[in-house]
Amino acid sequence: MTETTAEAEVSPVDYATAPINASLTKEDKIRFLRQLYSIRNFERVALKHYNEGKMAGFLHLYIGQESVAVGTCSLLGENDHVITAYRDHGHALAVGMGMKECMAELFGKATGCSKGKGGSMHFFAPDKNYWGGHGIVAGQTPLGLGLAYAVKYKGLKGSALAFLGDGAVNQGVYYECLNLASLWDLPMIYVIENNRYSMGTSLDRSSALKNCLAERADGFGIVWDIANGEDVYEVRAKTWTAIERAHNESRPTVLEIDTYRHYGHSVADAKHKGGYRTADEIEQFKNRHDPVLLWRQRMIDEGMVTAEEADAINKETQAEANAAVKFAEESPIPTVEAINQDVYFEVDRQTEAGRTGRHFFND
Amino acid sequence: MALIEYRDALNQAFAEEIERDPNVFLIGEEVAEYDGAYKVTRGLWKKYGDKRLVDAPISEAGFIGMAVGASMLGLRPVIELMFWSFCTVAYDQIINNAGCVRYMSGGLINCPIVIRGPANGGTGVGATHSHTPENWLANIPGLKVVSAATAYDAKGLMKTAIRDNDPVMFMENTLLYGEKGEVPDEEYTIPLGLADIKREGSDITFIAHGRAALTSVKAAEQLAHEKGIQAEVLDLRSIRPIDEDAILRSVSKTHRVVLVDENKPFCGVSAQVATMIQEKIFDELDAPIRRVCTIDAPAIYSPEVEKLQLPTVERILEKALTIL
Ligand SMILES: Cc1ncc(C[n+]2csc(CCOP(=O)(O)OP(=O)(O)O)c2C)c(N)n1
Repeated sequence: MTETTAEAEVSPVDYATAPINASLTKEDKIRFLRQLYSIRNFERVALKHYNEGKMAGFLHLYIGQESVAVGTCSLLGENDHVITAYRDHGHALAVGMGMKECMAELFGKATGCSKGKGGSMHFFAPDKNYWGGHGIVAGQTPLGLGLAYAVKYKGLKGSALAFLGDGAVNQGVYYECLNLASLWDLPMIYVIENNRYSMGTSLDRSSALKNCLAERADGFGIVWDIANGEDVYEVRAKTWTAIERAHNESRPTVLEIDTYRHYGHSVADAKHKGGYRTADEIEQFKNRHDPVLLWRQRMIDEGMVTAEEADAINKETQAEANAAVKFAEESPIPTVEAINQDVYFEVDRQTEAGRTGRHFFND
Repeated sequence: MALIEYRDALNQAFAEEIERDPNVFLIGEEVAEYDGAYKVTRGLWKKYGDKRLVDAPISEAGFIGMAVGASMLGLRPVIELMFWSFCTVAYDQIINNAGCVRYMSGGLINCPIVIRGPANGGTGVGATHSHTPENWLANIPGLKVVSAATAYDAKGLMKTAIRDNDPVMFMENTLLYGEKGEVPDEEYTIPLGLADIKREGSDITFIAHGRAALTSVKAAEQLAHEKGIQAEVLDLRSIRPIDEDAILRSVSKTHRVVLVDENKPFCGVSAQVATMIQEKIFDELDAPIRRVCTIDAPAIYSPEVEKLQLPTVERILEKALTIL
């Protein structure tokens, strides 16, 4: 019997019945829908204003991948920590950051989550166990490991989730981290958001092994899995397995989640003029595999919301994003003095020399 | 006061800080069971165990980045680099993460780590193992850079570095680990950013840091002995923050200055100090600023010649005499 026939005989798993999902209330499920719409509308509105020239730098949109952040972050407890790369708006909103502080950061305002010093790629909210937003591909992977290390060091039952892209898995430091995570039994979860492209380079052109990136964890004795990012239930079920492994066994997991970004790598190639993806491919994902539309439909099918209620949620989150823009526009920019504040702890808080910056070659 | 080796002064600092603060731990290659490649951590693993002394695989980017992440949650890792030269493979973690995270987060996140280990040449280990990276690192706002010349300074500065809430890059020196110096029996710390006058003088100032400060003292003594000229030796101790006041005070007193620096001259620490002096107190200078640096080439292996590549007493005196 060939493998294909064997696979065809296996009936698809319905992750809605997984224990972590079976216990969800109607409110929980609707909250996920709201979060999905929040991320989408936050970014749609941000894109509009970016195109009007109101923001600097890059804008890496997460549209199409929302289910990954919403599904994974919905499981976080008191001692679970999150860190990600530069495509960070989705995770930020999913851990509970407000649209206002996030939008203001995009606008470079003093009221932004990082006081206008971080920008789109560098959102932070330590009070929500959210450790950024990091601009160097795979640079966040050892930081995440450090969060896991600290959790274990302090004797807490927790974990660290570090998100990385399919391009980031080709960086050497990631493999140092896999080795350390396994060697030291750290409660570490690497979530590979495989959106099939690193900038304009497809998986085909970047990875020696193309079919499965998580599989490389085998070489380090780390358990891995693959999840379909279209389905919030599946993302949650598989992430929960990893979190439980971290909490109960203090062992790492690599979880690869298949997903897709609707826009370009950043707004610079948003219109796909680079030609690295076909229009057909993008349309197919937008129409048939959009995780927001799929969850919406699922909620309607399950009788959690009516189409009208779902539309209302969509509209409300859009209005919230617009209000965030108003807040951002009306907020002040950082002062020139702020340029050399937040560089050094002691300086900012304590010494006279620090206040003047005199000892730091800053005249 | 006890007369102890520089490596043991550091060792005492670690032991005291490990006992004082449960968040302090040491991590690096061979720091635990092996007692450290230069025996700086001798006996600590036996005493404090696996949690506080952590042997890491050869993964500088991995464990330095990990330490940065752990520090974000309040731990205070002290990281040993077997040689400071190897910081290059972890540069992303040191510069982009340790150096920038506080700023990018608008001050929300602190990074209280110390990275330490032997820097500089002079041991015949060739180009890749003899770098003096303090100038590479001092260029990054967000990092602090310290260089200890004596056992006393090493202990006092290390204790401060461990308690500091910013990332501190701590330069030691292989050639100094066995040097003995007086260390008080009672607890003391030395603030970062305070230079130290290693020898008083009125005729010329030698400004240096690390081992070059000791070479400068030898040069000053020879100068006094042979010519009756009194050189003041100012040891910066800390490159960033730098003690601008002490520099300007000493040069305003002697009106002549030789900068002695085991960095390379091009964009080196001495270049920075020279610029500062000429910008701030040009009028106080009675002669041009002179520099004695490591000769501008990768470290030569040949042991006899390598000694000449570094600042020597002879080269310091030669330069000093051109402006006296
Ligand atoms: C070390 C490094 N090299 C290159 C870049 C430029 N860069 C930014 S994102 C990116 C693509 C990364 O793709 P992937 O990891 O798949 O994440 P995705 O953008 O798909 O979320 C590149 C090349 C960078 N930021 N850092």
